[in-house]
Amino acid sequence: MIQQVIFAVVTIIAIYWAFRQFSQIRRNIFLAQKKEISGHQGERWKRVLLIAFGQKKMFRRWISAIMHLFIYLAFLITQIELIEILVDGFSGTHRFFASSLGGFYTFVISLIELLSVGAFIATFVFLARRNLLKIPRFRKQEMTWWPKLDANLILIGEIALIIGIFCMNGADTVLQELRPDVYHETGTFAVSGFFGPAVFGSMSADWLVGVERFGWWLHVLVVYAFLNYLPSSKHLHILLAFPNVYYSRVESRGKMENMPEIMNEVKSMMGLATEGEQEMGEEIPEFGAKDIFDLSWKNLLDAYTCTECGRCTDVCPANMTGKKLSPRKIVMDIRDRVEEVARTMKSEPEMKPEAYDDGKSLFDYISKEEIHACTTCNACVEACPVLIDPLDPILKLRRYEILTLSQGPADWMPMFNSLENSGSVWQVPDERGSWTKTVEQN
Amino acid sequence: MAENEMHIPTMAEMQAQDKAPEVLFWVGCAGSFDARAQRVSRAFAELLWRAGVSFAILGNEEGCTGDPARRAGNEFVFQMMALQNIETLNMYNVKTIVTACPHCYNTLKNEYPDLGGMYEVYHHTQYLDQLIESGRLKIQSSGQPGKITYHDSCYLGRVNGEYEAPRKLISSLRADVREMERSRSNGLCCGAGGAQMFKEDEPGDKRVNTERIEEALETGAGTIAANCPFCITMLEDGLKEKDRQEDVMVLDISEMILNNIK
Ligand code: SF4
Ligand code: SF4
Repeated sequence: MIQQVIFAVVTIIAIYWAFRQFSQIRRNIFLAQKKEISGHQGERWKRVLLIAFGQKKMFRRWISAIMHLFIYLAFLITQIELIEILVDGFSGTHRFFASSLGGFYTFVISLIELLSVGAFIATFVFLARRNLLKIPRFRKQEMTWWPKLDANLILIGEIALIIGIFCMNGADTVLQELRPDVYHETGTFAVSGFFGPAVFGSMSADWLVGVERFGWWLHVLVVYAFLNYLPSSKHLHILLAFPNVYYSRVESRGKMENMPEIMNEVKSMMGLATEGEQEMGEEIPEFGAKDIFDLSWKNLLDAYTCTECGRCTDVCPANMTGKKLSPRKIVMDIRDRVEEVARTMKSEPEMKPEAYDDGKSLFDYISKEEIHACTTCNACVEACPVLIDPLDPILKLRRYEILTLSQGPADWMPMFNSLENSGSVWQVPDERGSWTKTVEQN
Repeated sequence: MAENEMHIPTMAEMQAQDKAPEVLFWVGCAGSFDARAQRVSRAFAELLWRAGVSFAILGNEEGCTGDPARRAGNEFVFQMMALQNIETLNMYNVKTIVTACPHCYNTLKNEYPDLGGMYEVYHHTQYLDQLIESGRLKIQSSGQPGKITYHDSCYLGRVNGEYEAPRKLISSLRADVREMERSRSNGLCCGAGGAQMFKEDEPGDKRVNTERIEEALETGAGTIAANCPFCITMLEDGLKEKDRQEDVMVLDISEMILNNIK
């Protein structure tokens, strides 16, 4: 009885806290522009299936894809077991589904066990890769102490979870012989059917009960800890990858978002009819993005979804040639800035989103040197396994710099001037069609 | 046929004669003014002419599509260029456009529709592929093309998903094609896009085109095939830096085709 009460209290607290944190993230995401994203449902669901569930993009790198798949599947399928844990925990039963599901139960648990062994190995490989091998994408400037610790913590958590599962199932297997009244027959589990007797076989029944309970509680607590840790971790991607992939851009990558205000302004300058006649107000409007409020909610969802894997940075031509730009850093900076804004708004409730001013902006995180280095090659967009678009915010920051601040690389000014004056990127004395003459005279 | 028989009319000339061409050849800034890219414009025009395609250019009425301005962040200048061009194109009632520049291609195809410019737009490699498929151009491989490697431009490849048309053209030359390690959707940028062409690199330890030319040279190819005037500039600069301009060539695919037709 006492266990049930403790379980209920712990569960309710864990779920309540997690819910609060997730709602906070939702609110944070909608601090940005609420541009509607809709249409193309067929294509969107296809992407969710192939890219989020199927992890299609991961398979560009075979080894990490397989390892990651083990951890992912183990995680996914272990959640089935969680249903039983909840039932048992609240009602005080033991292995509630074992007797009614029979052989199918043995199968499911065995599957979890096999995947867990795979995940166990993968976890050690990942730990080694992160900490021992010198893989460049894990060692860039943005991989400061927290992202590194975050990556390691979760791997250690994974190990704890798997230890929990095997203690629980292993001890249970032995107990089925000793106390069949409570520990009913489950069939032979693929791993602990052998592992249990080999490791715990010589223990007394009292000890075994202890080990079984230890494993069970470890499992429960790791899952709850994980749930509450997710919101501050890169591991949020296990949930957000799905909506993020669903809402990813369906239109051509080659299309930058049109700016109707400017289009209409230019149209009226040129004496062309404008659409939906809108006068520009008295104030000088701000264009582009200076802070998270000017980005779209999808940009912020991107930032919260980022797995910090560095695939984008790895293929970025600017980054690989030693420039400061790193698309991963752009995405991580956006998340850090949103978190900062949200914290400030919490401690100073008079700061409303419409008039938010803490004297800082995204430009305190992202330098101009970074955004100037981008070739808009889209390699980062192509590489991201969860369809994040690091390029979109870079271009919005450029727009702010040029249109609102009237600044930018000095080298670009002659190009802009030449375009305005002569309609071509270079100021040349020749006629635009003069190349045809040289052809004809050849 | 002597070259001086070819005449490249402008849309204005055509209109004056009450004629409309099959396709508008959008030349772009590089194709109009850059000496190296002008040679590509000529090669492609000659191919169109040899295939019997009736085409015209806008001549002085063409302006930059605005791509570099837009990607630099200067939406005002982009809109000025784009709206002016759309006015012109719509005035001539242009339906089909072909261009030898993937940046022009992308902007005309993907960005002009939002501003009221709807056209059927082809990159010249796509158009040439069609001309060959339909038998209007006939390939006759002239001897040994040797080893060729192909550089995917970002805006034709990754951005617009066209990896095949240029490869088909190259393989029709019966060349020994050597792919670079990073190709197709994983292709490496030449370093010119996003208006980088018009500014100095940000501080770093290498230029992007150096990185790319090293990879191209590793294939041992004597010809680097390209599909973009800016890529050609960057790759040729890379060759000069490596002092390999004597034994390795950068050619636009249209130039390669022109050397190999009946
Ligand atoms: S689009 Fe920009 S940030 Fe992304 S990979 Fe290319 S250069 Fe890097
Ligand atoms: S943006 Fe995508 S590719 Fe880049 S680090 Fe984040 S998840 Fe990885």
